[in-house]
Amino acid sequence: MRNRFPSLVRTHRAHADAAPDPQAQTQVVNLSTDLARRRFLQGMGGLTLGVGLTPWLGRAGRASAAGAEVFAPNAFLRIGTDGSVTVIAKHMEMGQGAHTGLATLVAEELDADWARVRVEGAPVNTKLYANLAFGAQGTGGSTAMANSWEQMRRAGATARAMLVAAAAQQWSVPAAGITVSEGVVKHAASGRSATFGELAQAASALPVPTEVTLKSPAEFKLIGKQKLPRVDTFAKTNGTAVFTQDIKLPGMLVAIAAHPPRFGAKVKSFDAAKAKAIPGVLAVVQFEATPSSFAGVAVLAKNTWVARQGRDALQVQWEGGYAKGSEAILAQYREALKQPGLMARKDGNVDAALARPGKLIEAEYSVPFLAHAAMEPMNCLVKLEADGAELWNGEQWQTIDQMNIAKLLGVAPEKVRINQLYAGGSFGRRANPHSDYLLEAVQIARAARAQGISAPVKMVWTREDDMRGGHYRPLYLHQTRLSLDAAGQPQALQVRMAGQSIIAGLGFDAFIKDGVDQTSVEGMANLPYDIPNLQVELYTPTDVGVPIQWFRSVGSTQNGFVGEALIDEAATTAGKDPVAYRRALLSKHLRHRGVLDLAAEKAEWTKPLKPAAAGEKRGRGVAVHEAFGTFVAQVVEVTVKADGSFKVDRIVCAVDCGVAINPDVIRAQMEGGIGYGLSVALHGAITLKDGVVEQSNFHDYQALRINEMPAVEVHIMPSAEKPTGVGEPGVPPVAPALANALFQVTGKRIRTMPIPDKV
Amino acid sequence: MATLNVNGKDHVVSGSDDMPILWALRDELQMTGTKYGCGMALCGACTVLLDGSPIRSCVTPVSVAAGKKITTIEAVASTKAGQAVQTAWRALDVVQCGYCQSGQMMSATALLSQNPHPSDADIDAAMSGNVCRCATYVRIRAAIHEAGKAL
Repeated sequence: MRNRFPSLVRTHRAHADAAPDPQAQTQVVNLSTDLARRRFLQGMGGLTLGVGLTPWLGRAGRASAAGAEVFAPNAFLRIGTDGSVTVIAKHMEMGQGAHTGLATLVAEELDADWARVRVEGAPVNTKLYANLAFGAQGTGGSTAMANSWEQMRRAGATARAMLVAAAAQQWSVPAAGITVSEGVVKHAASGRSATFGELAQAASALPVPTEVTLKSPAEFKLIGKQKLPRVDTFAKTNGTAVFTQDIKLPGMLVAIAAHPPRFGAKVKSFDAAKAKAIPGVLAVVQFEATPSSFAGVAVLAKNTWVARQGRDALQVQWEGGYAKGSEAILAQYREALKQPGLMARKDGNVDAALARPGKLIEAEYSVPFLAHAAMEPMNCLVKLEADGAELWNGEQWQTIDQMNIAKLLGVAPEKVRINQLYAGGSFGRRANPHSDYLLEAVQIARAARAQGISAPVKMVWTREDDMRGGHYRPLYLHQTRLSLDAAGQPQALQVRMAGQSIIAGLGFDAFIKDGVDQTSVEGMANLPYDIPNLQVELYTPTDVGVPIQWFRSVGSTQNGFVGEALIDEAATTAGKDPVAYRRALLSKHLRHRGVLDLAAEKAEWTKPLKPAAAGEKRGRGVAVHEAFGTFVAQVVEVTVKADGSFKVDRIVCAVDCGVAINPDVIRAQMEGGIGYGLSVALHGAITLKDGVVEQSNFHDYQALRINEMPAVEVHIMPSAEKPTGVGEPGVPPVAPALANALFQVTGKRIRTMPIPDKV
Repeated sequence: MATLNVNGKDHVVSGSDDMPILWALRDELQMTGTKYGCGMALCGACTVLLDGSPIRSCVTPVSVAAGKKITTIEAVASTKAGQAVQTAWRALDVVQCGYCQSGQMMSATALLSQNPHPSDADIDAAMSGNVCRCATYVRIRAAIHEAGKAL
């Protein structure tokens, strides 16, 4: 597995003035799981995990237990006297199925009854709940299952061993003769059996084993099971799942703020008279910007509707801010790309190879800014305390958020408690390394406190605030030169790209090599095709004032499109079949080739498509891409009407993510990733005019709807490799495969996203 | 002050009559299963049934519901169609983040109440007002067909 965030812990030290013991944070990275568990047990004295929360408000998935949860052998599970198994999920659930996946790993080794397993989100505690790929608590980079693969199974196996030991002791039988299945411990020879609940008390008194044996894959009962129900479905189908938007504390006020019309603008003056005249408006507060959050004026009210009306009644004069438009940014990039960029990859001699005779294809590609547009707009509940704060949020980066908030408040990080709730989507937005919206919520709460208001404050953004709130997928411009030799084989490819760096300024040193932000070039600098002369260059502007952020599949969102469009153009220019052409150039990348073959086979690539109706034309295109160690190929089938409008009919997807832990979740993530990628390809564009975002809601930033969703078939490659993530890798192939399919019908290459309504 | 009949019970809600039903449900009655997504009837996350018909509660004032019956996700299983929807949604594990699903399920319930065996085109027509950013549409479609089998 690629370690995407190797320097995170070091970064925290550099960034968090108030971090009390950076060494302790650093240690987490090197601790073995067992050592971490022993430290935890010493600290907890074998007690159940109680973090002092109001029970129902606690965490995502929290449900009241019927029996006392007496057995907590480690930080990741508790077993109650009623036999319930509660898995504490260190990864947040934003729809990607992490809670189900983590619970599957624990329950597998525990031999638990899946129907008795529930999951709750872990509170922020980096020492206990660090992502082993980051060294910090956080969810992202499609790492949840990969980094938890052994850790969570060990957590389950440890508990199982202790339950077996307790039974052996009670029954005076050898542990070797005891079996466990679906939450029941049995000794066949003596005919005795007991449930987990009956053994929980006794197990809790036993020493925690330091060595446990994990199952061999042949012994798996839950891992790889085709249809294991999601743990969060029940609450999400009866209105009881709790999101940040749903939290209400006693006395809590709702805050909605006026945000600047341009990024970086400041409040010049404001008139709150009309807002204050609205019944239910309790206060209007001005709050300061931080380096990553807006300045603004917030209305605090007893409920959301009043706060919204109050906010809309504010009259605020703004000054300053970034004033360039998207076209001007593109022009700036086009100018910059006339010069060589920083080298991200250099194989062979591109200049010499491009000068040789051959077919030269020169092209410019561009992709716009994109808003993540999660269904639940950004929000955060803050309860300020005398020397810290408690927050409720569904967020991806607990350690960083804790440190950023602590720094703002001037307190030690442990004085900031964060309760993990379900997130109503995220797609990377709630993984803001600057904690932008969280800091805004804290700033509003502090401004309110300065006015004598000590109530908890729930800051909510409207859809418009969310759409115009920045932290977009960055706009990118790629200029490419590709040459083919007489046989049609690629002899040289030069890609020069320009776009903002997500990593710059964060201090994540390991992500920047020789000045190149690796997330800017990922998916292009590691292009898998055998091209003897390959050069990837990057220009990173530092004066574009639009806040940007990682977006589901990060650099691969743009580079997957450009790379797979280029190789397709090479194939069709050479007069070769796009699958066969790719296949021949993937001699060193057999997992790419494997999913390509599987997708082509299942899509019946070598057979003609079903004929189109009169006046219509059909076509199909292919793309294959690796992101975060997972390999995905897709075949897209389209129908184009006489007027140029088109419909995506079917997408056949093949995925290789190593061991398939939850096949149905994998299928769901491919289906969803395809829909998300299709939304980007068909509709996605945030544009700026003189620095002002032109879109505001779902009418002018359209999202894919059910009538546009094609039939999707997902095929999972059998694999014994370590599992990798599936949250993101389904996205990148969609746009290029669709563009390639449209080319097959129209003969026109699509080089700009989104694709026009008519081709 | 207005009286809302929600899931078979009358509730007195404070605030002005032009307050959208969404906020009465969520902030006054603590029935938070119905979600805010856009505030402009563009995404459908706030869909509830008013006398059995789907409405976008984010733009429908409390006054409109006078003398009518509101059904929310909390009581989706109170009708045969709603129960079939809930059962199918669970059997197929439709949800991902889950935020839009209350609205999806209420729209699906209204569709199946009128048309127990909808075609794909019927589903497109009835459901295209409900956005799902997780793009669970493949399963939403399958679950509606599945629910129809029970009706």
